Amino acid sequence: MSALHPRTRRTAGTAAVLGTALALTACAGGTDAPVGEPETPSEPVDLRMTVWTADETQLGLFQSIADAYVADNPELVSSVTFETIPFEDYTTALTTQLAGGNAPDLAWIFESNAPEFVASGALVDLRPVLEGTEGYAYDDLVPSALSLWQDGEGLYAYPFSNSPFAMFVNTDQIEAAGQPNPVDLVADGRWTFDAARDIAAATAADSGKQGLVVRDFDYQAWENLATVWSGWKAAPWSADGTQCTFTEPEMVDAMTWFHDAVFTDGALPTPGTTADFFAGDAAMTITQISRASSLDDSFHWDIVPMPEGPAGKQNVVGQAGVGVFAAGEHPDVAADFLAYFTNAENAEQLAAYFPPPRQSLLNGDSLAAANPKLTADQLEAVVVEGVEDAVTKPAHKNFAKLSETVRAELDALWVEDADVEAVLADTCSAITPLLED
Amino acid sequence: MATASAAVRRDWLVGYTMVAPVVLGSLAFVVLPLGMVVWYSLHEWNVLANTFTFVGAENYQRMASDPGLADALAATVWFSIGLVVVNIALALLLAVLLNQKLPGTTTFRTFFFSPVVVSLVAWTIVWSFLLQADGGINGFLEQAGVQGPNWLRHPTTAMIAVIIVQVFKNVGLNMILFLAALQGVPEELQEAARLDGAGAWRRFRSITLPLISPTILLVSIITIVGSLEVFAQIDVLTGGGPGNSTTVLVYYLYQQAFRFNEFGYASALAVLLFVIVLVLTLLQWQSRKRWVFHEV
Repeated sequence: MSALHPRTRRTAGTAAVLGTALALTACAGGTDAPVGEPETPSEPVDLRMTVWTADETQLGLFQSIADAYVADNPELVSSVTFETIPFEDYTTALTTQLAGGNAPDLAWIFESNAPEFVASGALVDLRPVLEGTEGYAYDDLVPSALSLWQDGEGLYAYPFSNSPFAMFVNTDQIEAAGQPNPVDLVADGRWTFDAARDIAAATAADSGKQGLVVRDFDYQAWENLATVWSGWKAAPWSADGTQCTFTEPEMVDAMTWFHDAVFTDGALPTPGTTADFFAGDAAMTITQISRASSLDDSFHWDIVPMPEGPAGKQNVVGQAGVGVFAAGEHPDVAADFLAYFTNAENAEQLAAYFPPPRQSLLNGDSLAAANPKLTADQLEAVVVEGVEDAVTKPAHKNFAKLSETVRAELDALWVEDADVEAVLADTCSAITPLLED
Repeated sequence: MATASAAVRRDWLVGYTMVAPVVLGSLAFVVLPLGMVVWYSLHEWNVLANTFTFVGAENYQRMASDPGLADALAATVWFSIGLVVVNIALALLLAVLLNQKLPGTTTFRTFFFSPVVVSLVAWTIVWSFLLQADGGINGFLEQAGVQGPNWLRHPTTAMIAVIIVQVFKNVGLNMILFLAALQGVPEELQEAARLDGAGAWRRFRSITLPLISPTILLVSIITIVGSLEVFAQIDVLTGGGPGNSTTVLVYYLYQQAFRFNEFGYASALAVLLFVIVLVLTLLQWQSRKRWVFHEV
């Protein structure tokens, strides 16, 4: 038998492939040069955009916009392909493509990775192209939506999706448990995290299902808890990303509340329990409104804004950006396509799934036209107000390591007899060197 | 004379043509990548920023002061010991039991071997459901009046769970290897020993074990090397947690390369893994003279 271990061999194989391509990527760079008006290539190019959606209707919409661009610019582009990479491995697969010298022309980027990608120089500055494109109305873009994607004056990705977090409620289950309807509590100004917890716990006890699910958290993707702790005005680290703030009183209070809600009140599923609100497994869920498309008519539901915490109501928005890779073969053509893909007219079409960062489109009526599942009132209350002064989930230029380290430390919190303060202190000790990196 | 040398040359040509594909394949896909991994391990390689800087032995020095690596090595040792002991003991026990001439043994052999041909990821995903707090295993325990733990959420039980899932996946293969070896033990020797008054245990210890010792060596090497390559099970079942309790070396390497984009450091870890496997294999190979009765 070979002394070389199969895993080593596989890693080595991958690395070798990546390496041979290194020389190629090194030549393809040129990150400092801003892209401008695309020069007509000798023959039309093929563009490729990586995305994490596999939804046929969304991909169909993208393709129809792209086909219109190809028809308008036959001398520039012969085709645009949208390549789906599964959500879970998205960034890993993307960086592997980059390492292999196979950079896509355009790519969706998670907000958590935004600072890392923006600071790395891997993306080209889109601002000159967007501003210079006739009819683009750059000033219509909401400044707060752009901040995560800017570096100095440059804009390195366009936040095509600004989907606020909101609470979906299964009104059938809540009614059956004799609990108050959250919509009424919102009207009365009594819609708080405590109220949500009590309704969730009582409904879970009645239905035998789960109460409140923080979607996608699963005791792994802890950054999704930002939707909860923002009600306490807590944050994992300081705004400049240099100081750990897990031990601040707001965070300790928020995490204590969460821990008790799980282990004492039974309002949230315990670790290792899976429950899908959209399949009717839970009374409530915190998720982005773009998930409304997952709802069928198997139960009655409603959507309400995020509850108030002790520090008041804090809107949280989940963003996703789309950027152009400098290492791609045709960054100028790709940027020109992006300007078309996200212009005012197309942004209105995309709004069916992705609330755009455009002031002119952020009103209940515009969004309702694109979102048949939600009424103008619901959208006005949740989206339009939800995007105002919203914070995003935690992001950092060292996010990959921070994410893994915090996950490992917080595992100690997800047991019944956890010492919340001690765990959070350990978390800070573990991540402080990474924040200073 | 001339004819003879032409024949030799033809043999030479035929021989090398025959081995050329495998030699070229090994050079291109084993030796060259290995050399390149060593080369990468001397660099800091940032994929996003597209930088590739020579840093000498820095990645190797970093290993010495990396607490994450120490944890990963400890987890790897526990996993390997647990897997090797349980897997080999169970495989041998099953092989001995299924080597009896009793009705139904073929069915049982098929039963224990079937997980080997099941897709690893599918197998692990099914287990991840069974091992949930309210999953099948705890449901079964509850019927027996036992409150099962939340298997994948406590460091000790998570490691045990990962070991058990891996044992059941591969024990059938080792069982078949042991079965083949057991069936090669000459019946005359057993009978002679029986006539000399040796009991079942004495015959097993003094006749069977020495005669199947080459297989025990083979199975040990396969299992130990296999234990060092565990990845999919960890990724699907625990993601390296809780804490870092199941972050074994390969998973740690994967995190460094593909999550943190530290390709240089990950390459250095790959070299470390290679050296560990090489040393273990050589040690076992060297020690065979002492405990392998005969070589086939």
